[in-house]
Amino acid sequence: MSEIENKTEHGSMDGAKESAAEDPKNDTGLGLGVIFFILAFLICFLSGWLLFPKLLYSKHEQPFNFDHALHVQETGDCESCHFLREDGTFSGIPKTESCLDCHTDEPMGETEDEAIFAAEYVAKQREVPWYVYAKQPDCVYFSHAAHIKAAGMDCVTCHGHIGESTSSRPYEENRLTGYSRDIWGNNIWGITKNPWDSMKMDDCAVCHEEETGHKGYCFQCHK
Amino acid sequence: MIQDKKAHKFGMVIDLDKCTGCGSCTVSCMAENNIPFKEDESDKKDSLTWMRVYKLTNGKPFPETQTAYLPRPCQHCGGKGDHGHSPCVSVCPATATDYGYDTGIVSQIYTRCFGCRYCMAACPYHARYFNWWDPVWPEGMEKYLSPNVSPRMRGVVEKCSFCYHRYQLAREQAYFDETDEIPEDAYQTACTTACPAGAIIFGDLNNPSHKIHQIVKPDPHPDPLNHDVVGKSRNPKVFRLLERLGTNPKVYYMSEREWVRKLGDSYLEGEWDKVKNHHGAASHD
Repeated sequence: MSEIENKTEHGSMDGAKESAAEDPKNDTGLGLGVIFFILAFLICFLSGWLLFPKLLYSKHEQPFNFDHALHVQETGDCESCHFLREDGTFSGIPKTESCLDCHTDEPMGETEDEAIFAAEYVAKQREVPWYVYAKQPDCVYFSHAAHIKAAGMDCVTCHGHIGESTSSRPYEENRLTGYSRDIWGNNIWGITKNPWDSMKMDDCAVCHEEETGHKGYCFQCHK
Repeated sequence: MIQDKKAHKFGMVIDLDKCTGCGSCTVSCMAENNIPFKEDESDKKDSLTWMRVYKLTNGKPFPETQTAYLPRPCQHCGGKGDHGHSPCVSVCPATATDYGYDTGIVSQIYTRCFGCRYCMAACPYHARYFNWWDPVWPEGMEKYLSPNVSPRMRGVVEKCSFCYHRYQLAREQAYFDETDEIPEDAYQTACTTACPAGAIIFGDLNNPSHKIHQIVKPDPHPDPLNHDVVGKSRNPKVFRLLERLGTNPKVYYMSEREWVRKLGDSYLEGEWDKVKNHHGAASHD
């Protein structure tokens, strides 16, 4: 260390000691300031952490409860209702018409939900306005055929164990973008453990890079 | 970069002797790709026309006057040496547009574009357009929009995509049938199918069984006069726009008439006579 640096260091330390000795009240002020800062930080942090997601997302209940586990038990697999059409496009959520393969306007079971379905949708020949958890933004192109047929993936790999659920959770919609919360994921920091925890562009790109060695070109996933 | 020996190189050849300038390609393109229009479309300077028809004339007085029409989609440039450095792709600061090495198509994420318009300045073909307003369709007409193409919003640039969504559909069919082959007729652009004169031919320039390959006969060697130029047509009737820039467009034009071919580039006095009989490396053998 050079002489000049030594001098300035000692000089500044001396200065600090002097001012503290001259005005001991400053310590209390500083202490209060620190407490105030910590409190304010905690309030802001917690409101951002706990309150902001509640403000950001609006909750919608599905038209009626759907028991996936029961239907998988009855039909045996996912493909009975969610299938690839012959042109390679994906059927998505089944239309009321395909439900009529089994259902009639007389409920088969005793649940209230089936009664709603029979009375409101089958009898009136309407489609159920389901909220789609996995719905991507309009600019996204996703080919189920590419993932199921060419890559040989199963439903659980991306969608998780939805087939074992007995009730429909509320659909959460981002008030700013209108997208489903499942796209960003439940974790406000974007930390995910499973592929189905979030479905952002980065999540697609990570897997594509691992599996194909390339993230793909714009139009591979966009339209 | 996906290095695939079986990579496609989709391209187009437009026969200017067959084109009548009817504008069917423009209309079908706008309908297919959800391109919005203005209340007054007579003001062309800010119109969105992915496919635009230009009128060419030989500039001679009556009775020697001749006219030709030149439809201009995005040229899907391969860039110098055909390495994928298209003029628009290499200037995009947002990486919102890129070159697909598997198809040769210049693709774009509209939502990623922030509207700086560098690509528009870089494009020598004026193929890119800026959305000055959010798209609005007359009431009820939004029901006619294609669900396979996402409408663009105000403040982003857009251009012809060679109807990439039709390629996506053709590929889904191929996945379902568990085949790698996409037949020539499974993927055709809207303008190609709409042209009543059959002037537009679309296909894979890398596939010798496709009609476009047989017409264009792309030269596999770089042009001896300019090594940046790759894939020059060995057909003496076929030319590309501003070919000497080395942008290597995948849209070729075809005409029997010499004055039309000459209008494909800006030639200095005497230059045309030197290059008019030059049709790729083979013509010098």
